[in-house]
Amino acid sequence: MVNFSPSEEQELLRQTLSDFAREVLRPQLRTSDEQNAMPPDLPAKGWELGLVQESIPEALGGFGGTRSAVTGALMLEELAYGSAALGFHLMAPRLVTVPLLVAGTESQRAEWLPKFAGAEFVAGTAAVVEPRWDFDAAHPATRAERSNGDWILNGEKCFSPLANRAEVILVYASTPDGLAAFLVERGAKGLTVGEREQNMGLKALDTFPVKLDGVRVPAAARLGGDGANLQPLLDASRVASAAAAVGVGRAAFDYAREYAKERKAFGVAIAQKQAIAFMLSNMAIEIDSMRLLAWEAAWRLDKGLPATREAALARQYAADQVLKIADNALQVLGGHGYIRDHLVELFLRDARGFAVIDGVAIV
Amino acid sequence: MIDFELSDATRNARKMTHMVAEQMMRPISRHCDEHEHEKPWDFINAMWNVSKSTSMTGSSTDGKDKDAKKPASEGRTLAMVMAVEELCWGDVGLYLSIPNPGLGGAAVAAAGTPEQRERFLARFKGDKPTWGAMAITEPSAGSDSAAIQATAVRDGDHWVLNGTKIFCTSGLMAAEKSEGFVVVWASLDRSAGRAGIRAFVVDAGTPGMYVTKVEDKLGIRASDTATIVLEDCRVPLDNLLGSAEVQKTSQGFKGVMATFDATRPIVAASALGVARAAVDFVRDTLKERGIEVRYGAPPQTLTALERDFMEMESQVQAARLLTWRAAWMIDNGIKNNLEASMCKAKAGLVVTWVTQKAVELLGPLGYSRSLLVEKWMRDAKISDIYEGTQQINQLIIARRILGYSSEALR
Repeated sequence: MVNFSPSEEQELLRQTLSDFAREVLRPQLRTSDEQNAMPPDLPAKGWELGLVQESIPEALGGFGGTRSAVTGALMLEELAYGSAALGFHLMAPRLVTVPLLVAGTESQRAEWLPKFAGAEFVAGTAAVVEPRWDFDAAHPATRAERSNGDWILNGEKCFSPLANRAEVILVYASTPDGLAAFLVERGAKGLTVGEREQNMGLKALDTFPVKLDGVRVPAAARLGGDGANLQPLLDASRVASAAAAVGVGRAAFDYAREYAKERKAFGVAIAQKQAIAFMLSNMAIEIDSMRLLAWEAAWRLDKGLPATREAALARQYAADQVLKIADNALQVLGGHGYIRDHLVELFLRDARGFAVIDGVAIV
Repeated sequence: MIDFELSDATRNARKMTHMVAEQMMRPISRHCDEHEHEKPWDFINAMWNVSKSTSMTGSSTDGKDKDAKKPASEGRTLAMVMAVEELCWGDVGLYLSIPNPGLGGAAVAAAGTPEQRERFLARFKGDKPTWGAMAITEPSAGSDSAAIQATAVRDGDHWVLNGTKIFCTSGLMAAEKSEGFVVVWASLDRSAGRAGIRAFVVDAGTPGMYVTKVEDKLGIRASDTATIVLEDCRVPLDNLLGSAEVQKTSQGFKGVMATFDATRPIVAASALGVARAAVDFVRDTLKERGIEVRYGAPPQTLTALERDFMEMESQVQAARLLTWRAAWMIDNGIKNNLEASMCKAKAGLVVTWVTQKAVELLGPLGYSRSLLVEKWMRDAKISDIYEGTQQINQLIIARRILGYSSEALR
């Protein structure tokens, strides 16, 4: 039956993360962006919240919650409201744990999930995106070929968060039987993590290019075994992208709204001018639109319904709208919006990323 | 718990309503568009018989009836929103011409006393098709309803109404062609502005109420839009909507304004129906031509046609979810003033854009009156105007999100 309220449990989690985003992430937003770095003490603080452990079964050391894309979307929106880059960093180990929960075999889960349910933050990541203009997550150029019962991986990846310190990298590659993902352990022969990337936005997120030059992994390293269907992971990635975009959109909207109520022109707050007020009302409509589309796609994933169309539409819609919202937020501040004393230029740079971000199956 | 699963009851009701739209509305859609002032009586009579037994025709006659909510299915507003989308997928002009209490009935339900609801709404269970209508707009007062010039002056046991009302949906049917009524907004005290405005129920055929014009329109031609003149029109004292105290406070105006929180999701739903008609038509056409929309593909590799079509789909779905939410809030007793305006503003814009885009994508076929697509584009535009224009809804939203009064943000 149609219902628009999160469960009590989800609401509690949402509220906790909302406070965390305001009190812990947001104060670090500007400096982490300027310094291209995650504040050193943050991963531990995020870990205490159980962002990664929450959906890992108790038997494997986790908190025993059910993996839910809706819950993930609620979490990601709140974190991204504080800082998209820091939020993605804290959630990065879920690039491994969520795919294991969705598609992993029993033994893969038993081997890897306990490593992400310990007392301290453990980095894990995925290598999905490739440095090509027409990169398609469903048909990566990175190839996996069979060789004496093993798999040999060859290709180039980029935008892989925390790859330089990840215990395991889930590498997405094309095989003769379709899209597959492989658990590649740190230090594997032929695996090279390059120089930290410098991006336009999401600057505090440590991302790296990853090169696979004849990396050999055993058959058991293929996520879910031969023939596993990874489409739900691609779909989850798009839901995650949309949900994070909602958070960034809300951040830009709130910033512009507060500014518009303070700033006076012609004797009144500029928010009292319809030209400004209507930009803000449109932002509010679009933020709710983005969120509801993301929720619906997430709900389909949780129900096990086909969600490729809905997730793609939600992601595209969110990517388009968050850019418009951030752009208009900057416009509300006028010249001040262009100055780095204010956060809106940062939101605009982060917002543009959502057209590019893919392969973030963390919800 | 966040959920988008429709109950079986709602799904079945939707299927039935869709059949009505497909079999009773679509076949006469073009004819009614081309014969503007001819009433489709076969359709009207058939719908009267249907609507007496169900609540599918989109007007809440007992909005205060809390126990109408059944636990096993969606609430009544959400169910109605879904039914209205289906009917308007058939034809929005015909939907508007279905005999029912209409917006006047919604005002009676929202602002009337139990006695008034009984007295005015019982007629919709009778044998002959009956319409209710709402008369707010005047030649020089639209969105600014506080500027209303029509007056109500007490004379003994009666209110004497004077003024001119325009753009009154189903006004002809409610005032002259059935035993219906028109809810007329008029001022008790022009110097009091908004606080002086009250709503009065004027029964069909009351001396002094005349329909002087039925408009020729761009679209929704199956529905009549009337000018109603009130000339020393006398109505009983207890035809003022609301209780006796209402006559002394501004609660009356607020009560009637609250009607919009309930009706805007319904109007948004009617826009969704037209928008979906256009999207469905384009989808079918693409399918016939063997054009597949690649949903999972990287956006930068999509064709312009694919991107346009995907944008049409997501815009309509966004508007739909906003509309469902606003309706769901009503059903759950949550105030939805902001959300009702959001869904109306979004749906009005979306249907206008989506139908224009459909004409564009279909090229000369889209522009031709041999198809219904151009008609949907003409029908669509009114959704962004009536029941609060795009701009007035933006104003309401802006005041809400900024915490401004109507004085702070004019």
